[in-house]
Amino acid sequence: MRDILVLIEDLIDAPAELAAAARCFGDVQTTAFVSGGTESEHQMLAGLFDCVKVAPAASDANWCAEFLCAQILPLLDSMQPHLVLMHHTNNGLDLAPLLAAKSDRPMLADCISLESRENGVSAVRTVFGGKVHARISATDSATGYFATVRSGAFSMPEDTATKSGSIVALPLIETAPRRRFIETITPEAGAVDITQSEILVAVGRGIDDEDNMEIVEELADALGAELACTRPVVDKGWLEKSRQVGTSGLTVKPKIYLTVGVSGSFQHLGGIKGGPFMVAINQDAAAPIFAAADVGIVGDLFDLVPLLEEKIRERKG
Amino acid sequence: MDIYVCIKRVADTSEVDIEIDRTGLALTEDDFSYDINEWDNFAVEAALQLKEEHGGKVTALTVGIEDDEEVLRRALAMGCDEALHLSDPCFEGSDAWGIAQILSAALKGKPLDLLLFGTVSADEGAGQTGGFVAGLLDLPMVSLATSLKVNGSIATVSHEVEGGLERVRELDLPAVVTVQTGINEPRYVSIRGIRKVSGIEIPVSGVGDLGLDPNQVGASGARVKLEELFLPPQGQSAQMLEGSDDEIIDKLLDLLQENGGL
Repeated sequence: MRDILVLIEDLIDAPAELAAAARCFGDVQTTAFVSGGTESEHQMLAGLFDCVKVAPAASDANWCAEFLCAQILPLLDSMQPHLVLMHHTNNGLDLAPLLAAKSDRPMLADCISLESRENGVSAVRTVFGGKVHARISATDSATGYFATVRSGAFSMPEDTATKSGSIVALPLIETAPRRRFIETITPEAGAVDITQSEILVAVGRGIDDEDNMEIVEELADALGAELACTRPVVDKGWLEKSRQVGTSGLTVKPKIYLTVGVSGSFQHLGGIKGGPFMVAINQDAAAPIFAAADVGIVGDLFDLVPLLEEKIRERKG
Repeated sequence: MDIYVCIKRVADTSEVDIEIDRTGLALTEDDFSYDINEWDNFAVEAALQLKEEHGGKVTALTVGIEDDEEVLRRALAMGCDEALHLSDPCFEGSDAWGIAQILSAALKGKPLDLLLFGTVSADEGAGQTGGFVAGLLDLPMVSLATSLKVNGSIATVSHEVEGGLERVRELDLPAVVTVQTGINEPRYVSIRGIRKVSGIEIPVSGVGDLGLDPNQVGASGARVKLEELFLPPQGQSAQMLEGSDDEIIDKLLDLLQENGGL
């Protein structure tokens, strides 16, 4: 039977997605690797995987690619798994390519679907900002394969935690890390907490210029909404980081999410939870946001947004 | 300090209609404009700021066809001291692993303190190349850097982790850092600035100069093959509102009202 080794992160609570991704390979023996963690976390993993290998935590108890490579590489040598799987998250970006190179495995990055082939692995991933999908494959590898999967792309059926996997402690592999942890920085709280807002107006790169921010501010005001934004808007300094929604920003759960000039990158969409009623206004009909939104409008936001604001104020009286 | 920064020329597909060509493996490129990958532009600026503070030399590298030289010229106009174009017909069709092989071969044995990449590219978006090169050259790495300082033989880097948090790390140099957008404000490049460097001869290295086996790179050496490009299935897409602006907005208001948004 084929072995699949799944790498569990410290901050992302979605190991069931990785178990689901492993199921794409049929009848396989799954092993979860985790560094540190609590006994109850290990028990939870044992419900999802056939075996849980627990390495000691890094001395600073933080995700460190160098430390993890040192712990995982001997395991790859002894197990020779057909596939190594982890999430394409910020931690995944940090560890996966490094480990794939050091273990000489072909890597399929940020996969949204996976398929086992007789002589390898194929996957679908998004390219060109999500406007195009690409089917890729790696075959005939003597060293096995490495794949990272997008968060939320794989979901587990109801019968999830039915295994009773063994839990095995791994010895500490000593390292003299050339990369050391200093501290974790929590972002400063903003004037408003957008995670508590029921209505959000999210503005993206399509707003084009800081001077144009006024029209979305007015719209938010008319709707009684808070302003949120995508990463490029923060990069340009048009709004503060505490309004950024996405995998590198905040996770929000509004009832209404109205986007203006937002293309809909998975990093941004990853921060929207709870299935809000989503409206997208964008001039690019092929923008991926229209695949995520409930209602879409293709048009010039500089005409539509002021008109929307005006009509909202009329209707509200 | 000897700083190398690896950059890529990419097509801007954000506001054009995308069409897949007859091969099914590439886009029809009629209306594309090309520029330096956005993340790489921040990486070049980060390299230049370190040079301005500590002295030394910044070299920009790219792997690609003749037209890709324009991003190297742009990097020179920004203030890079040297550029190196890694170009050879047999590089064509390289996957990220092949690109990493080419870059590693070019960098091996060079005096190097810091090697910078943009974290991802706007076209492929896989974020692999920097990590592959770090693995191949056995250098420590940090990805998604949001600040970068150097003190002696140690770099202090803060970088994005999950949940909007950042972590601060120390790295022993030489090291690889992949740069996130927003780390700095990349300087403006004027047409005059580009013209000033137009006479500089940019050296080109090919497969033989780098001591690479042609089967290691290009389409034949690719470990990950592109089988097809296709437009995303339109299955669960939005209800599109159409009509005059007035009609559209009226419909939207009705829908907002139904969903408790007014």
